[in-house]
Amino acid sequence: MSGITLLQHGLTGISLGGAYALIAIGYTMVYGILRLINFAHGDIFMMAGYFMIFAVASMPWYLAIPLVMFLTVLLGVTIERVAYKPLRSAPRMSIMISAIGVSYLLQNLATYLFTALPRGYPEIPFLKKSFHVGELSASLVTLITPFLTILLTFLLMSLINHTKLGMAMRAVSKDYETSQLMGIKINRVISATFAIGSLLAFVGSVLYFTDRMTVFPFSGTLPGLKCFVAAVLGGIGSIPGAVIGGFILGIGETALVALGYSTFSDAFTFAILIVMLLFRPTGLFGEKVTDKV
Amino acid sequence: MKTLDRKANYILSAILAGIAILVLFYMDSNRATYSYPLAILQRSAIYAVVAVAMNLLTGFTGLFSLGQAGFMAIGAYTVAILTIPVELRPDVYYINGIAEPLAQASAPLWAALVLGGLLAAFMGFLIGYPVLRLKSDYLAIATLGFSEIIRAFIAAPLLDRVTNGSYGLKSIPGFSSTLISFFVAALCIFLMVLVIRSSYGRAFKAIREDEVAAESMGINLFKHKQMAFVISCFFTGISGGMLAVFMRSIDSKTFQIGLTYDILLIVVLGGIGSITGSILGSFLMTAGREWLRFFDDPLVIGGFNVPLFRSGFRMVIFSLILMTVVLYYRKGLLGNREFSWNGIYAFLQRLSQRLKRQKVSKEVGKDD
Repeated sequence: MSGITLLQHGLTGISLGGAYALIAIGYTMVYGILRLINFAHGDIFMMAGYFMIFAVASMPWYLAIPLVMFLTVLLGVTIERVAYKPLRSAPRMSIMISAIGVSYLLQNLATYLFTALPRGYPEIPFLKKSFHVGELSASLVTLITPFLTILLTFLLMSLINHTKLGMAMRAVSKDYETSQLMGIKINRVISATFAIGSLLAFVGSVLYFTDRMTVFPFSGTLPGLKCFVAAVLGGIGSIPGAVIGGFILGIGETALVALGYSTFSDAFTFAILIVMLLFRPTGLFGEKVTDKV
Repeated sequence: MKTLDRKANYILSAILAGIAILVLFYMDSNRATYSYPLAILQRSAIYAVVAVAMNLLTGFTGLFSLGQAGFMAIGAYTVAILTIPVELRPDVYYINGIAEPLAQASAPLWAALVLGGLLAAFMGFLIGYPVLRLKSDYLAIATLGFSEIIRAFIAAPLLDRVTNGSYGLKSIPGFSSTLISFFVAALCIFLMVLVIRSSYGRAFKAIREDEVAAESMGINLFKHKQMAFVISCFFTGISGGMLAVFMRSIDSKTFQIGLTYDILLIVVLGGIGSITGSILGSFLMTAGREWLRFFDDPLVIGGFNVPLFRSGFRMVIFSLILMTVVLYYRKGLLGNREFSWNGIYAFLQRLSQRLKRQKVSKEVGKDD
C-alpha cells in the first residue's frame, strides 16, 4: 500500500472515529449517571439525520443547524422524561427493556414517517468542499471532524470540572441518593445530561452522515452499538476514555475495510468488546468498581 | 375461597389440549382455506419455544442475555444445509459452489433439528466460559456482540461455500404437515418445564434471587449458570431450525438484532418468569401484528380520508402498546405467575360476587 492511500485511509479512519467519539460521550455520560445502556441513543442520532434532511429542504443550512440541534435535544430530553423517569426505582433490567422499547418505537416511527427507503443527506456546502494536497484529496468535513471532536470534548470537560452543573453531575454519578439528600435536583441534572448527550449525537450525525450520504430508519442501530462499545473500551463513565475508544474503533474499522476484510469490520468491534470485558472490564480509563452486596 | 381440585384441573387442561389438537387437525386437513391463520400459529409456536428458552435465562436464572438471534442462526443454517435436497444444491449454491463434504451430507428433519440445537448449545458452552462471569448489562451487551459476530461469520466470504454468504439459502423443504411444528414446539416447551421444575431449576431460581446466598447454600454458581445458558441455547437453536423450515429461505439478515428484540418484547409482554406468559405473549405478539394490519390500509370515513392510516402505522401503534406495557404494566400479562385454572376460577368467582353485590345495591336503591 502506498503512502498516499495509507494517509487517505488514516484520514477516513480519524474522521469516522471523531463521529463515533461524539456519540460515545452520550452513552458514557448516561451510563455514568443512570447506570443505563441507552439503547435509544443510536436512534436519536438517526432521527437527527432525518430532521436535518427536512430542515435543509425548507431553509438555509445556517438556520437549519440550530433548529435541528434544538429538536434533537428536545427528543432526547423527552425520551428521558417519558420512558426512563417513571422507572427510577425499578430494577435495572426494566429500564433497559424500556430503552430497547424506545429504540423499537423510534425505528418504527421513522419507517412510518419517512419510509424504509434510504434518503439522501443534504450537502452542507462548506463541509463538502474538497481540497487537494498533492495526490491526497479529502472533503473539509474529514479534516474538521477530529478538531471539532477535541474542541467539544475540551468544552465538555471544563463544563464538568469547573461549573456548578458539572459538579452536580459528578455528585449524582457517584451517589445518586446522597446527592438528592444534599439538595441536588437530580431530575434536572439527568435532563441536562440527556440534553448534552443528544447535542453531541447531533454533531456526530452531521459529521457521520455527510460522509455516508444516506439515512434510513435502521442507520442508527449499528453505529449506536459500536459507540457503546467505544464507551466501554474507554472505561464507562470516563469522557476522555469514550473519545479515545471512539477513535480506536473508527481507525480499526477503517483499517479492516482497507485491508479487504470489510465483512468483519462489525465483528471486530464486538471482538474488542469481549476481549476488553474479559481482561479489563473497567476499560482503559475506568474507575474500579466494587460489587456491593 | 373454593378452589378446583387436582382432578378437575387435569380434566380442564386435557379438554383444552384436545380442543386445540382438534382445531389444528381440522385446519391442517383444510390447509388451502386456513393457510393464513396456520402460518400465524406456526410462527407463534416457533417464537414460543425461543421465548420460553429466553425466559429460562432471564426470568428463572436472572441472566439477561441478548444473543438469541445468533444462536437461532446457528440452528437455522444447520437445518437448512442438511435438509436442502441434494439434487437442488447446485442451484442454491450456483454462485460459489458448495464445500465438498457438505454436497452429499443430508439428514432427516428431526436429526437436523437436534444437531442444530446441539451445535448452538456447543457454541453457547464455549461463549459461556468467558461471558457468564459478567454481570447484568455487560452480559447483555457481550451476548449481543457475540450474536453479531456469528452473523458476520455467516455472511463472510470465508464461509461462502458453506453458508452461501450473503445470498442466503433457499429451497428448504417445509414441514410435511403443519402439525409437526406444533408437536416439536410443545415437546421443547415440555422439556424446558421439566428442567425448571427439577432441582436444577430450583437452583436457577436461587441464583436469580440472590447469588451470594445461593452460593453459600452450596450451589456452584458458574456450573449452574453455564447449564442454564447451554440448555437455553439448545432450544434457541432448535427454534431457529424450525424457523428456517417454516420460512423456506433464510439469509444472514433474518437474524439481526431486531429478532432478539422481538423475542425480548414477547417475554416482557407475557411476564418475565412465566412460561405460560411467554407462550401467550408469542401468540399475542405474532397475531397482534396481523390484527393491527388494518392500520396500514387507508381508511375512508364518509368520503374523508383519515390521514394517519398508511403503511407502517401498524408498527407504530404496536410499539406504543408495547411501551405502555413496559411502563405501566411492568409485570406483563402474567407477572411471574403461571396460567392456572384456579386463577381463572378465582377470577370468575370474584366477578360473579361483584355482579351480585351490584345487583344487591341496585335493589337497595330501588327500595328507597
